[in-house]
Amino acid sequence: MHGHGGGSQKDGVKTEGKIALIGSPNVGKSVIFHRLTGRYATVSNYPGTTVELSRGVASLGGKDYEIIDTPGTYSLFPLSEDERVTQRIILKERPDVLVHVVDGKNISLMLPLTLELIETGLPVILVVNMLDEAGERGIELDLAALQRALGIPVVGTIATERKGIDELKKSIAHLASFDYRPIRTSYPPRIESALKEVMELLPDGSGLSRRFIALLALAGDREAVEALEKGPSKEAILKRAEEMRREYRHSMRYIAKMTGKKRSQEILRRVVRRREGRKNRVTDRLGELTVRPLTGFPILLVVFYVMYRFVGVFGAGTLVDFFEQVLFGRYLNPAVSRLVESHIPFPLLQELLVGEYGLITMGLTYSIAIVLPIVSTFFFAFGILEDSGYFPRLTIMANRAFKKIGLSGKSALPMILGLGCDTMATLTTRILDSRKERIIATLLLALAVPCSAQLGVILGIVAGVSTRLLIVVFGVVFLQIFIVGYLASKVIPGESSDFIVEIPPIRIPHLSNVLVKTYMRMEWFLFEAVPLFLLGTLILFVLDKLSMLALVEGMAQPVVVGLLGLPKEATAAFIMGFLRRDYGAAGIFAMSRQGLLDPIQLAVSLVVIMLFVPCIANLFVIIKERGKKTALYIVAFIFPYAIFIGAVLNYLLRAFEVSL
Amino acid sequence: MPSNEAEEVLEILWIKTEEEGLSAVRKEDLLSADYDLESALDELAEEGSVEVKGGNVRLTEKGKGEARDIIRRHRLAERLLVDVLEMAEERVEEAACRFEHALPRGVDESVCTLLGHPRLCPDGNPIPPGRCCEEGREKIERLISPLTELEVGCEGRIAYITSRRHERLQRLMAMGIVPGLPVRLLQTFPSYVIEVEETQIALDAEIADEIYVRCERH
Ligand SMILES: Nc1nc2c(ncn2[C@@H]2O[C@H](COP(=O)(O)OP(=O)(O)O)[C@@H](O)[C@H]2O)c(=O)[nH]1
Ligand SMILES: [Zn+2]
Ligand SMILES: [Zn+2]
Repeated sequence: MHGHGGGSQKDGVKTEGKIALIGSPNVGKSVIFHRLTGRYATVSNYPGTTVELSRGVASLGGKDYEIIDTPGTYSLFPLSEDERVTQRIILKERPDVLVHVVDGKNISLMLPLTLELIETGLPVILVVNMLDEAGERGIELDLAALQRALGIPVVGTIATERKGIDELKKSIAHLASFDYRPIRTSYPPRIESALKEVMELLPDGSGLSRRFIALLALAGDREAVEALEKGPSKEAILKRAEEMRREYRHSMRYIAKMTGKKRSQEILRRVVRRREGRKNRVTDRLGELTVRPLTGFPILLVVFYVMYRFVGVFGAGTLVDFFEQVLFGRYLNPAVSRLVESHIPFPLLQELLVGEYGLITMGLTYSIAIVLPIVSTFFFAFGILEDSGYFPRLTIMANRAFKKIGLSGKSALPMILGLGCDTMATLTTRILDSRKERIIATLLLALAVPCSAQLGVILGIVAGVSTRLLIVVFGVVFLQIFIVGYLASKVIPGESSDFIVEIPPIRIPHLSNVLVKTYMRMEWFLFEAVPLFLLGTLILFVLDKLSMLALVEGMAQPVVVGLLGLPKEATAAFIMGFLRRDYGAAGIFAMSRQGLLDPIQLAVSLVVIMLFVPCIANLFVIIKERGKKTALYIVAFIFPYAIFIGAVLNYLLRAFEVSL
Repeated sequence: MPSNEAEEVLEILWIKTEEEGLSAVRKEDLLSADYDLESALDELAEEGSVEVKGGNVRLTEKGKGEARDIIRRHRLAERLLVDVLEMAEERVEEAACRFEHALPRGVDESVCTLLGHPRLCPDGNPIPPGRCCEEGREKIERLISPLTELEVGCEGRIAYITSRRHERLQRLMAMGIVPGLPVRLLQTFPSYVIEVEETQIALDAEIADEIYVRCERH
């Protein structure tokens, strides 16, 4: 990582200081980050973790600072990987300023962290954000009094309206001239004496207060102690911490939190005034309706339906038609083909670029013309739901059903995302708290959640045949979520995590904010997913050139024809399904239009193609996120399982002579 | 009143028969350095609390009632020491043992009411309900009870959180959900939703069951 404090090299810009934005989730850190840095941010995983971190550069008072948007943190005594990362940033990177962002309307829940941050010995600035929402709820905050009580700069902001951002910038730039006299928190006497004892054992903290390290040590934070530079006293420190733990029923962390809580209440008594707020605002009322069982479930359906109309019909239909058939089909591809054929003399190279499995005619056309419109409409809809605060409410509605399959309500998010793009959804399984849940969610996404592109094509096919077919196909597939989820929750070791979710108020999304997010996600898609499509196309091209496609078709014949009762041409569709889920479905579509499939064959082939191995991009992401071994298990399960369900369905439909 | 030693034996018999489901307990399994088994059994048999046949010891109906009372006092004592006196867990067991023998009948009801008629001891073992508990259920709104037993709209302060899962306790605490915090119960289905400050937090029933609230207002 970067050196301690001060200058570091970042994207060619020499920065003269480092600022960390810290705070619990949903307080507006990201908005403030973007207000400070503009749009240019680099997002990367913190080394050795799956935690994502944005870093950017801001110019404040003529100096360039590196700004870090740290993950949601409630406390510096870490419980989650996110909190661990924030703690590491403080311990190892030692930012020059810690900017603590809090939600003004919930300040008393958050002020204890300010006190913890002050304990680190690094300069702290408190940003009280969301003053608009606090005001609406009749909460008046005397920030000048708060600043006096804390002895650190306090800035009030409404980040979404840019209010207070300039003051924040000034206060960072002029921190040196601030009369910085931070408040001290004192703990019960016995802990104070233990702290002194441990501090004696500590080497000099170089920027960090020894008291802070001693607190972490007494809380039994092994990582913080191990990170100390000098060796011999470490064991003594940990031993003392162990003794402390035995002496008290509650952990040091608990005592620190309770002490902080008491202290902040004393402070806030002189800061917070409550008037009768405008209760029952329309958005609050709406927020209530979204989580009450009687109204919540219908609202859920409406949200799904609208999203389906927008992504499935407008994105996957109208936009794709335009991009694929008109833009690429009629203009771009023919033009590029002519160009390649006239300028590149090697037939093999020509084919590689513009042939049947050409990088341009297939790889780019598919990723840009088909997938991009679908995912961008999806990202947009997702952004609106995200900023409106609907998602946490959705998890409340889903929690009970998901509990049964070993998942908590939080998993509803990746599952719904999966209906847009399984690949991206697999990435977001990171938000789940336990390894067990992440594996189950990844498995279910790969197995039984059709992505919007595939869903679009399949709905297109089924709608032309009968409603019964629709019910059978989707009934069978969604049943697998429960069967496999239930079994997996029994087989995969580990505990499912607790469901504790904060629900922010319903807000009217800011269009500009949603557009920026959509844009950033599309950028991500272009850089991360498109290369995978190209790689997949290349693999198909090679297979085809080595005549291995035909070979595979021959080998699969006993299964496809024998077990599933399908014509042998269906094999090609299944192989294509591996490249892109919807492409496989499209192959089936073509066959059914040519009259090659009866309704039962159609049902069987659609069920198999939906359950079948995830597309290649998804597979890469599974490997990246869950590791090779887990990915192998997942594929080794899905492949035969999809065939098995298809075979059973084929057998049952024929045995009972079901007419579809 | 049985002697302290006899009470210890009754306790073990209760746990083995009523909670672990044995029909009788072999004498060897009752041996302990803390008491003289033979004299304790003699005393209990004389009072008609146990029957000793061959090597097997069995609680009589009278003995069951007595044992239940002792267990109740022991576990209530544990709750009292942990919740109210915040004693370190290692020291609770020993102190509870002394307490249970000293706690006179009737006082256990006051303690039980003070604690809000808890159902489990800090180790998660059931506390046999007393008469006060049945009555208490009716006027529950004035006492401490878990979120799962409150009515929607109830406002109060968190009295204590009893969780066997360390992680969970920590998580709640980190979010600021600690004893003393004012809360309001907003809904119970499909998930529990509470309001603390201006934030709403959704919880599993399992967790809601561990958050005890002193309800102050409906
Ligand atoms: N009303 C209001 N909403 C805000 C304010 N600041 C942020 N938000 C919204 O709060 C939500 C969470 O903000 P975000 O920056 O993602 O929070 P983070 O998790 O701390 O990074 C978003 O929907 C923001 O638009 C504010 O000052 N007022
Ligand atoms: Zn005892
Ligand atoms: Zn009672």
